Amino acid sequence: MSTPAPARTSSLFSLARNSLQQLLAFASLIAIVIVFSILSPHFFTANNIVSVLTAATVTGILALGTTFVIITGGIDLSIGTGMILCGVMTGVFLTYWGWPLWAGVLGAVIFGGIIGFINGFNVSILGIPPFIATLGMMLIASGLSLVISGTKPIYFPNHPDFQSIMNLSILPGTRFPLGVAVFIAVIIVSAIILSKTIVGRYAFSIGSNEAATELSGVNVRKWKIIIYTLSGLFVGLAGVLSASRLSSAQPTGGMGLELEAIAAVVIGGTSLQGGKGSIVGTVIGALIMAVLTNGLRIISVPQEWQSVAVGCVILIAVYLDMLRRRSA
Amino acid sequence: MKKRLFGAAIAMAATAALITGCAGGATPEAGGGDGEKPYIAIISKGFQHQFWQAVRAGAEQAAEEFDVEITFEGPDTEADVDQQIQMLQTALDKNPAAIGFAALDSQAAGPLLQQASDSGIPVVAFDSGVDSDIPVTTASTDNLAAAAEAAKHMVEAIGEEGKIAVVAHDQTSLTGQQRRDGFVEYIEENAPNVEIVDVQYGGGDQAKSADLAKAIISANPDLKGIYGTNEGSAIGVVQAVKELGLSPDALAVVGFDSGKAQLDAIRDGLMLGAITQNPVGIGYETVKAAVEAINGETLPATIDTGFYWYDSTNIDDPTIAAVLYE
Repeated sequence: MSTPAPARTSSLFSLARNSLQQLLAFASLIAIVIVFSILSPHFFTANNIVSVLTAATVTGILALGTTFVIITGGIDLSIGTGMILCGVMTGVFLTYWGWPLWAGVLGAVIFGGIIGFINGFNVSILGIPPFIATLGMMLIASGLSLVISGTKPIYFPNHPDFQSIMNLSILPGTRFPLGVAVFIAVIIVSAIILSKTIVGRYAFSIGSNEAATELSGVNVRKWKIIIYTLSGLFVGLAGVLSASRLSSAQPTGGMGLELEAIAAVVIGGTSLQGGKGSIVGTVIGALIMAVLTNGLRIISVPQEWQSVAVGCVILIAVYLDMLRRRSA
Repeated sequence: MKKRLFGAAIAMAATAALITGCAGGATPEAGGGDGEKPYIAIISKGFQHQFWQAVRAGAEQAAEEFDVEITFEGPDTEADVDQQIQMLQTALDKNPAAIGFAALDSQAAGPLLQQASDSGIPVVAFDSGVDSDIPVTTASTDNLAAAAEAAKHMVEAIGEEGKIAVVAHDQTSLTGQQRRDGFVEYIEENAPNVEIVDVQYGGGDQAKSADLAKAIISANPDLKGIYGTNEGSAIGVVQAVKELGLSPDALAVVGFDSGKAQLDAIRDGLMLGAITQNPVGIGYETVKAAVEAINGETLPATIDTGFYWYDSTNIDDPTIAAVLYE
């Protein structure tokens, strides 16, 4: 446990340390890309790079949102099934209730925010440990998705253009999808919120030392609720994108996605103990996960070994991070 | 402090309401054993997918016809062996007249099946076989033959030569293995110029299957066809074709099972065709066999519930339309 040094004086050091760490994570990503490019001529092609980015989009957005929660020292296990529920709600708004496209999308994002708000309320007002509070929400969201949809996928007959939110090609002559552009926009917005706003500052402060933050006059409960709600908005957006990609709201699934997102956050150097983390790190983490999965498939590594490889990468990433912190 | 207590009280009240609400809705009519109608407990591999809902519809149809009472339940996912075993245990405790059982893991269910046998409760296996002599019969699709039929159509579609790949749903269940092996064996025996370059597994998840199909297509630019072994896998492959903007003539997609997205893909020409099982028939035959077993009739070792190849030419035929579900 490091001592809670005054934020201002240590910020220069932590900046230097963070950039070093991001440099290392970035170097690992480049190394993995180079290895796969050597192993297969089909890896480093425009089409395949777009495939990797598409695969990283939904998990990446979930990971970005949950980075804030993890920096406060919390965890959110409901992001995967919550995302599925938001997808189903998109279907309810657009298909059952006949809302216009913009209202349905906005409604689903706000619905995600409500899920996040309930998580935040349970964690900070009721005092339920984040792991348990969001575990409960994970199961509730999974069940509600099935109840609301009647266990059937919901399609979007009134909005045939719904799928273009994720799939529309935005660069003429290429297949660069709008969804990936949304992902990039979300990255920029998250980076600004985390580094330039009071939300980000308090997230770090709560994660480093909650008691000290409280004593210095910050309403920790309120800010925790805000941060969980923020993560929920990301969950809502991911739900819209995922439903858009499949042109249908699939009520099953989502379990396990929270672990993929958390793995991306951790590979990116955000500490599960809280107080430390970055958006760039999470993006690199999400890309490492997506590149690994795609690359191992391209070179036809059997499924079971793919899991082993990804597991090893997570362990190595966290171990290197520990080494760095010990030496720092 | 007061605030927190109040909050906790609300939370507990809500939880209690939730639990009683759930229990009230989920508990089947107890004491089925001593009612007038014979009670048959049916434990499937799941309940979420449209496939299982269709099996359930067939079972309920037979229950009405033969005047028996049934319950139909299944675990949350097809990987929840533990949950399924608990359901089987609970079903046995209710002392049913017969049990219909689609094992996720027949070894794990062994002791309970033995218990059923000792208590004189006949067990009818359905969907995939149970690796045991206890079930009186098995009502299922011949998945090996069905997958071979898919392979036959694939070979014809690509002009009997070229590279193809398989996107399977899993490698541990019997259906997953048979739908892969039936396809692969047909190609090896009958199509010397067709090469299967890759077999990958997407867990039946559409987005995952789409991502891995894209990787396979990238790795093999001259690929001529992909076979998806269940609904989620097949739709994932179609999604990959859409996202890459490939012409349907360049890549033949062959699927398995049914569902609206798959029917649309076939109608739109994105998918060549698919194999459909007869899930309503599986449910119907299971209950029918259970009734016959209760009446002491002798049953064949297996009941083949059949399968059909469907494509744009026969998708609206009454026989085919009857076994497809949206």
